Amino acid sequence: MMTRVFAIMLAGLFGTVATVHAQQGPLRIEITEGVIEPLPFAVPNFVAENAAAQEFAANMSRVVATNLASTGLFREVPQQSYISQLTDFAAPVAYPDWRAINTQALIAGAVSVSGDSVSVKFRLYDVTTGAELGQGLALNGTTAGWRRMAHKVSDAVYSRITGETGYFDTRVVFVSESGGKGDRQKRLAIMDQDGANVQFLTDSSALVLAPRFSPTGDRVLYTSYETGFPKIYVLDVGSVQKRVLQSEAGTMSFAPRFSPDGQRVVYSLASSGNTDLYSMDINTGSSIRLTSAPSIETAPSYSPDGSQIVFESDRSGSPQLYIMNASGGEARRISSGDGRYGTPVWSPRGDLVAFTKQNKGRFHIGVMRTDGSRERLITASFLDEGPTWAPNGRVLMFHRETQGASGRSTLYSVDVTGRALRPVRTPDGGSDPAWGPLQ
Amino acid sequence: MNITFKAVMVVSAFALAACNNPARLGGNGVDQSAGGAAGVIPGSANDPTSIAFFQQNVGDRVLFTVDQSTVNPEGQVVLDGQANWLLSNTSYTAVIEGHADEQGTREYNLALGERRANAARDYLISKGIAGNRLQIVTFGKERPAEICSTEACYSKNRRAVTVLATGVTG
Repeated sequence: MMTRVFAIMLAGLFGTVATVHAQQGPLRIEITEGVIEPLPFAVPNFVAENAAAQEFAANMSRVVATNLASTGLFREVPQQSYISQLTDFAAPVAYPDWRAINTQALIAGAVSVSGDSVSVKFRLYDVTTGAELGQGLALNGTTAGWRRMAHKVSDAVYSRITGETGYFDTRVVFVSESGGKGDRQKRLAIMDQDGANVQFLTDSSALVLAPRFSPTGDRVLYTSYETGFPKIYVLDVGSVQKRVLQSEAGTMSFAPRFSPDGQRVVYSLASSGNTDLYSMDINTGSSIRLTSAPSIETAPSYSPDGSQIVFESDRSGSPQLYIMNASGGEARRISSGDGRYGTPVWSPRGDLVAFTKQNKGRFHIGVMRTDGSRERLITASFLDEGPTWAPNGRVLMFHRETQGASGRSTLYSVDVTGRALRPVRTPDGGSDPAWGPLQ
Repeated sequence: MNITFKAVMVVSAFALAACNNPARLGGNGVDQSAGGAAGVIPGSANDPTSIAFFQQNVGDRVLFTVDQSTVNPEGQVVLDGQANWLLSNTSYTAVIEGHADEQGTREYNLALGERRANAARDYLISKGIAGNRLQIVTFGKERPAEICSTEACYSKNRRAVTVLATGVTG
């Protein structure tokens, strides 16, 4: 039964839910670890309800198709093979025409534009059973925000078919890289998850590293060499105002991450040849020390409930993954395979830790359970590093650097099962992605 | 300890060739092409009080093995020379940059670079240099000196570089 109400806010405007009832069909993808046959879908160009909507209708339907195909769970039936066209949103669907070309899911949409306002409505049809899946949905927004509306339609379709929360209407903060390996310029940038709408948050006058979103996506933690020394900063995404969080002379700080409630920042502080973990109250600025070993402790990441921290330490002689209470204390090692482990990131679902692994001259992105069992490597290359989870815990983004003097860093996304590995196109090179929340 | 300075100009040309990034952090801003006259040109590599002389004749860097931050015997010789030079050129301060090769994650390499820079600093302090003349900074794997992806370059990138400045540090 599909009774979910999509309460959607769009840039100060609100969406309305159409009241078209439908029965739940068997159209369903269970995301498991097994290889699945992608579900064939068709997205005819959305119907333009007035002349001004023509371009938006075509573009929005393309964004929806690209989003769905990018997951590897769906496969688009080419528009050239269509037997019938959708020219009227209200007309009955000619199911046999869609079955004949092996379509299982049909997404129909209609767009109207008035001034700088856009309305889009869509319906999802289960072609096999000949029934609508879920309710029709209508969204209102601005012409400038048309991609977000297409992402919301995509999220609704994805969610109805997989039973998982979507992740298309999300943003990613990352480091935009230009210049050669010996003279690399880095700036903080933010973009939609599909690489569109890149905006720069800093200039390249100071080296910046590893931005991390706050839980609500309004702030970004990062490391900057603005003073000549690495220090952690917090930046307001809206105003682009920034302030240093840790400025004790003679020390360096890096690898910051927010706690799930957004109130604390866990980070590494290096002083006198030793790097340990600290946790700061972001409002008062007061810090507590979480580790005090002579080894390197870095790359901390909170569990979704905020009670534990997974981190990287070389206390055993090589970098490995450990979990401890968020207030510090005894840590237990969870990584046990060959090689070196780093940059652990706790899944938003709580079940897995994603990490970077280096073994026999290769780098991998992998996942393991939080007790260290069921390790699975899902990528391999000369240098894969720094995974970040989509908010639904089903997709990872990371960066891949190519070898040699002309080496360049590119963002990639991959399904947690290892399917659908693909580059995320950015204007320049990209590294250190961090996925923000569903908007 | 005395360092023998031989074949100054030959060594200097060699050192320049070996350095891919002379204009980067720590570049001394001295126009090397201005040399050539017989006398000592202030600031040039044959002025023993100059940054250029320090870089090319004393040696501004020590190298480390994989994941290690212990100063090896060769590195100790270089740091002994740096200490002597700093003891006789007291108007200079230094920032010691710690670097790592690209094998390893960004965060780990930042921590490792700090360890290496601190190891070099501790050694210099043990040879009588005042701690307040020596700051450290880590660049992790962000600023390779050599940019190939083989051990030939990695071995030169795992380094601590003593970058001189005139003036007082905080």
